[in-house]
Amino acid sequence: MATRSLREEPAAGAAPDAEPPVTTLPEAEPERLSAAYQSWYRFSRNPTAVIGAAIVVICILAAVLAPLITPYPSHVGAVVDFRARHLPPSWEHWMGTDNVGRDILTRVVYGMRISLLLAFVVLGVAVPVGTLLGLAAGYFGGWVEVVIMRLTDIALAIPGLVLLMAVATVFSPNLLTTMLALAALWWTWHARLIYAITRQLRSQEFVEAAETLGASTFHILFREILPNCVSALAVKTSLDCGFVILTGAALSFLGLGAQPPMPDLGTMVAGGTNYLPDYWWGSVMPGCAVLVIALGFNLLGDGLRDLFDVQEIR
Amino acid sequence: MTRPLLEAVNLAKHYPVKSPLGFKTGAVRAVDGVSFSIPEGGIYGLAGESGSGKSTIARMIMGLTTPTSGALLLGGRDIAGQAGRRAYRSKVQMVFQNPGSSLNPRRSIGQSIAVPLSGLSRRARAARIDELLGMVQLPASYARRYPHELSGGQRQRVAIARALACAPRLLVLDEPTSALDVSVQAKIIDLLTELGRELNLTFLFISHDLSLMRNFAEEVGVLYLGKLVETGPTAEVFARPRHAYTRLLLASVPVISDEEAALRPQVPLIDGEMPTAEQLIAMEQR
Repeated sequence: MATRSLREEPAAGAAPDAEPPVTTLPEAEPERLSAAYQSWYRFSRNPTAVIGAAIVVICILAAVLAPLITPYPSHVGAVVDFRARHLPPSWEHWMGTDNVGRDILTRVVYGMRISLLLAFVVLGVAVPVGTLLGLAAGYFGGWVEVVIMRLTDIALAIPGLVLLMAVATVFSPNLLTTMLALAALWWTWHARLIYAITRQLRSQEFVEAAETLGASTFHILFREILPNCVSALAVKTSLDCGFVILTGAALSFLGLGAQPPMPDLGTMVAGGTNYLPDYWWGSVMPGCAVLVIALGFNLLGDGLRDLFDVQEIR
Repeated sequence: MTRPLLEAVNLAKHYPVKSPLGFKTGAVRAVDGVSFSIPEGGIYGLAGESGSGKSTIARMIMGLTTPTSGALLLGGRDIAGQAGRRAYRSKVQMVFQNPGSSLNPRRSIGQSIAVPLSGLSRRARAARIDELLGMVQLPASYARRYPHELSGGQRQRVAIARALACAPRLLVLDEPTSALDVSVQAKIIDLLTELGRELNLTFLFISHDLSLMRNFAEEVGVLYLGKLVETGPTAEVFARPRHAYTRLLLASVPVISDEEAALRPQVPLIDGEMPTAEQLIAMEQR
């Protein structure tokens, strides 16, 4: 009779557990749409995220459509027009002209192209490499972990700017070597992030459950663990886009990145400093462009973090 | 009953204790010389409080850790070496303690259940998922939901469905109800009893909850500090506990009715906390 107290509730029909009547909700399809809508709603309520996303989208569109939207596409190259040099911002030249009479707006838009290309190439290499190494180190442990994580420590101990200067001195400084050198350093941060998350997830019961169910290592790494890293990866990658663009601009400001006449933002800032403060627009306009892109990615990253944090709490 | 499905023979798992310099100074005997056998179709309960070695035994059966000594036999064959294989996985499955963490939050219910069904065609898989959800009395539409949309009891039903996906013969239940409300616990136990009868399953039920144990298990073993201190048919152990620790465990079950209080053995009790692993090693060395 000791069972009485536990089993008094009638097991009527197919109503499992004494819970809210979930079955009365609309069926699965509309609900799935509304889940996506919920995410979008929460995103759209977050002003920083929306501003960041807007800046990023506008920059990318401008960079992609540069030949169509810029007023003087020919000014990208080594064009010289001394009659038009150092013209202040006007309706004809929104950002003024530089020391050889080229339209700065045109060159800034093309400069964004290079900055974004740099960010996408560097992160396009660093994110997959770092993620794979982090997953392997965190899941397998043992000597795999020791080798990968000590390698990461070594890479992190290399002063980035010094390595880049060395690379630029040995090879002729150009955009490609900058990209390669940046990618060679950048994967470490992603490896550490993914390693930390994987370590935490490995001891979770759902990973053990997958193991006891006979799932393959590939399945556990890419179907069970990786989906739980996506939000952290998205935030980190978005913030990193800003940092890579800033680093790239700093390097080319020092003369280590893209070389003239390529319209790189950092190079343009450096070129304009010779004519400060009288012809300030030559430096300030491309400088502001760097600021705006980096700000856009940072705002987007912060907004994504807020968005995912809310979801995690829920 | 028939011949044993699972047998543990002198099973032991010791974890080395190292000094800060890395020298081995002793061993934590998480499981120490445990022997029991579960007949085909039987329900064996392992009782004991946290730290008694219950979960270590479950992990050894699932091949997540290897025994230090002794053996586990499934249908008379040693599981050492075959525990990681797919053939073994399809015979022995486990329901974990906390359904909140045993289901991947980023995978839908259907995807979670389908993990061991990768060999089937798309349509056969969907049909099997429907069937499994039906077995645990959940609507088929739940396959498209995510764990956070379900209650604790529903999640545990999903975990049971997943464990049943590859049609196992032995189901290890590691505290399957301890994370759930009392009202839901009884329903999960009812469901398991029913499934056990329908599918002719054998259960190893691990729990510290003796009232559940009394309702569910046919035979119990009481674990204390890695050793099996008492074993026998449930009714007998509960009515006439021989070991002081079993009495202590029984006395700590809260009772609701006078009827239940009358069932409780009236014996003098030992008092105090269970010793920790470090204390035990210190006692041995003295």
